[in-house]
Amino acid sequence: MGVSTRKLFRDDAVVLRTFKLGEADAIVSLLGRQRGRYRAMAKGLRRTSSKFGARLAPFSHVDLQLIEGRSELHTVTQAVGLHLSGGAISSDWAAYTAACVIAEAAERLVPEDHQPDLDVFQLTLGAFRALAETDLPPVLVMDSYLLRGMKSAGWAPSLSECASCGKAGSHRAFSVAAGGAVCGDCRPGGATVPAPASLELMRALEAGDWSNATAADPRQRTEAAGLIAAHFQWHSERPLKTLKYVPHQT
Amino acid sequence: MYDGALGDLIEELGQLPGIGPKSAQRLAFHLLASDSADVERLTSALERVKAQVRFCENCGNVTEAEQCGICRDPRRTETLICVVEEPKDVLAVERTGEFRGRYHVLGGAINPLEGIGPDDLRIRQLMVRLQKGETKELILATDPNTEGEATATYLAMLVKPMGFKVTRLASGLPVGGDLEYADEVTLGRAFSGRRDVD
Repeated sequence: MGVSTRKLFRDDAVVLRTFKLGEADAIVSLLGRQRGRYRAMAKGLRRTSSKFGARLAPFSHVDLQLIEGRSELHTVTQAVGLHLSGGAISSDWAAYTAACVIAEAAERLVPEDHQPDLDVFQLTLGAFRALAETDLPPVLVMDSYLLRGMKSAGWAPSLSECASCGKAGSHRAFSVAAGGAVCGDCRPGGATVPAPASLELMRALEAGDWSNATAADPRQRTEAAGLIAAHFQWHSERPLKTLKYVPHQT
Repeated sequence: MYDGALGDLIEELGQLPGIGPKSAQRLAFHLLASDSADVERLTSALERVKAQVRFCENCGNVTEAEQCGICRDPRRTETLICVVEEPKDVLAVERTGEFRGRYHVLGGAINPLEGIGPDDLRIRQLMVRLQKGETKELILATDPNTEGEATATYLAMLVKPMGFKVTRLASGLPVGGDLEYADEVTLGRAFSGRRDVD
């Protein structure tokens, strides 16, 4: 069976990362609106004369035509740029490192099984566009993404009620293992007591309340970022290896 | 499947980049059919490259001496340093015949998703070179892709506050191409980097 007889399909997708393949080809890791997460080969992508140009650069949103692969690997035949955020993101170190964390987290949130996850797709697209097109601090965009991504996956930290007994309120203690804020009665050993403003910042980030989130001082941002990262890594059972490159003072 | 020496050779050739099992088998049978003298020349070249070729202590380019030919050449100026990712990029710039400065080979590009950070590249060695005070301008010639751009951004962030002139290779339309086939990013850069017509 020749390549031309195989099924073509269209999808709009966010490019999460690219891997070099052979002399000038690349494998592109994609998060598609209709097909979830999958990989596709882009022939000749790394040549200066590539027909894809910069469209398949990481963090871009592209409209794709692909040939369905016999195995899990498809082949990109056409790409039209919808939002090419890669250039703007890579010219800002803080935005770039935050985008790398978001790409790694997206791969963790959506398994490579071709099942669409519209929530995470929209979140990822929105986060990359926010990094490229707004002045929002990249670390806050990243933390907001991680919180909302965890919420979509069903393991977000509980912030407005006790993670153990469900008692409503702004509880002071926070336990990653218990699943978020915990009341005085349920507080396990090893729980931390972050500043109330740090938990307030986490609530603002989860709700996308940028006016309150950007008003937070650097100490609260650092504390909230630590809790969010710890929660994500604990519940996804693996560290985010890109996190160590993020400059947290920005 | 082949056993013994032939099987071992096919397996070793198959470890090389871009060589699949079929190609490995074809190469192995080609070597088997070749003259002994040809095969000896190949094995000798392989042994010599491993024994003699190393990285230049100054710039990181490949060399058989402590310093590469470009770093030893007194006609080349240290006032201009062109930063590239790989030794093969040095050759690409040299082919232009336009550059008379020296190089600094980073050994790759920053790629956090692959676990490659600034500490994994020869950035510290670059800082040491710059502190010698001979350099006036740093030309960032990393690849024009996301990782290369991010590496250039990181280096500029590090070096600019030290008072050096930092430039980036221009990017835009390829010579000989049609405008309609240019992607949005490339065309956008061609516009923002447009110049006066002489």
